[in-house]
Amino acid sequence: MRNAFADELTRLGDEDSRIVMLSGDIGNRLFDKFKAKHPSRFFNCGVAEANMMGVAAGMAMNGLRPVAYTITPFVTTRCLEQIRTDVCYHEAPVTIVAVGAGLSYAGLGPTHHACEDISFLRSIPNMVVVCPGDAFEVRAALRASMRQDRPVYIRMGKKGEPVVHAGRIENFQIGKAMTVSDGKDVCLLSTGNMLPEVIEAAHKLGEQGISAQVVSFHTVKPLDEAFLKGAFERFKLVATIEEHSLIGGFGAAVSEWLTDSRTPNQNFIRFGTPDAFFKKSGEQEYAREMLGLSAHQIAKKITHALH
Amino acid sequence: MNVAVRKPATQADAGALKIRAAQLRGKIIDMSHAAQAAHLASSLSCADILTAAYWHVLNINPERPDDPLRDRFILSKGHAAAALYSVLAMKGYFPIEELDTYCQDGGRLAEHPPANLLPGVEAATGSLGHGLPLGCGMALSGRIKGETFRVFALLSDGENNEGSVWEAAMFAAAQKLENVCVVVDYNKWQATARSNETLMLAPLRDKWAAFGWDAHEIDGHDIGALAEAMQHVPNGSGKPVALIAHTVKGKGVSFMEDDNNWHYRAPTAEEVVMARKELGLA
Repeated sequence: MRNAFADELTRLGDEDSRIVMLSGDIGNRLFDKFKAKHPSRFFNCGVAEANMMGVAAGMAMNGLRPVAYTITPFVTTRCLEQIRTDVCYHEAPVTIVAVGAGLSYAGLGPTHHACEDISFLRSIPNMVVVCPGDAFEVRAALRASMRQDRPVYIRMGKKGEPVVHAGRIENFQIGKAMTVSDGKDVCLLSTGNMLPEVIEAAHKLGEQGISAQVVSFHTVKPLDEAFLKGAFERFKLVATIEEHSLIGGFGAAVSEWLTDSRTPNQNFIRFGTPDAFFKKSGEQEYAREMLGLSAHQIAKKITHALH
Repeated sequence: MNVAVRKPATQADAGALKIRAAQLRGKIIDMSHAAQAAHLASSLSCADILTAAYWHVLNINPERPDDPLRDRFILSKGHAAAALYSVLAMKGYFPIEELDTYCQDGGRLAEHPPANLLPGVEAATGSLGHGLPLGCGMALSGRIKGETFRVFALLSDGENNEGSVWEAAMFAAAQKLENVCVVVDYNKWQATARSNETLMLAPLRDKWAAFGWDAHEIDGHDIGALAEAMQHVPNGSGKPVALIAHTVKGKGVSFMEDDNNWHYRAPTAEEVVMARKELGLA
């Protein structure tokens, strides 16, 4: 996802002279093209995220469209008050791009895990929370964020994830869920980097004769309520799947909506990370397996829930 | 926009500015009494700095508060909002009568300056350590867009406790933001204790200099000296400018000066009369 982000940002930078790139001292060589083309609009802000976010807000307040980028916990939790007060309170159109959603950097340990960021950011007024499911969704989300005149948070995975979409997504809209494949028994609502895992889970369900619809529910805030309404009416089971804590994340947002809209929720199940730090060493695949977020585990739990 | 003539304040100017500062202090005291609001001493402490900035230094036009070329003044020590509101009203950004609505239900003048609500307020502040990063972003955006405005940020000394101030200080120096000026209202008190007994600020000028700034100590109640130093930003050093302004908390009213109880206390009607008399206001 991150290579797609750097490439799309360079293209957008060509098209729009307001776009400025702020990096928190990561992405060695990742932004070489952007830097070469727009040297006056790239800033390595160092390992000083609070200042980076304030600088981004100050730029946006003077008409620019800054993109602030570093590893997820550092561009969210570390500078949360700057996001809240400088960016969101001022309605400054800053695009915050995080790399390493959820357990993408499992091997780096809990300092680099990010399973709380959706919860923090979606509770801040004026903030939009987008979790793209593949590299093409990253491109589309970044492009769409530049058309928004407000703060946007884009939560990316890392690099080398499977690509889901066939090519550029022309009809991408922030706040509109995208159906990836149709089904009739169960609706799998995936947000962010879980999408390839969820597609695999749907295949496994298919092998057992269960027809699963796969949806990339890329925008957690604002929620696509119309889509949810239809899904809960149509399907025997609806599941949310995210690489994020069950507290405050996408599934929690759907739960809130279910309660507030008085929608019957007997057919709802949530997948996410538990209320605990994951301290063992190991890469993302291992962490998912240990936390019940692998495709076969998702499929198994869905099968149980249907019977 | 007219660019202010860059010349030192004359004796006559200095006299007029002193009267402005006394009037400003009178407004602040009236507001504190009416609203029974805190932070009176912090507001009095920076009254001369605000007077020098708004009546002598800043290239601003109250009739065009959104002029892209205006100088930016950020009250990073947002708890001195009463001082900023008084200045903005006296300058004509909004009617002077609106000061009566300070801290009242439904008004625009909260205890800290609001975002996107009141003309002349460049940034919502109140949480310390935010004004300088914002100001650096504004200054850099000006550089990118070819706008030559200046950015002034007024910080409290207690605010220098915040790490984000020093992150921004290093950033501004690395980016050579010579059109950025920090003024530290160094009144030696923070909310509940002596500043240097809380976190060691001293030697504060040396700290800012070590962080790459053209740093100077200045009498924070000498309006002429403040005006002179601020109006010469950028000053040719190629560095951002830090003015460590030595001030007295509660300045201008003998029974408030250097008494930190006035960080939170508001004056009684009798104390207002006494204070106004000391300030030479009827």
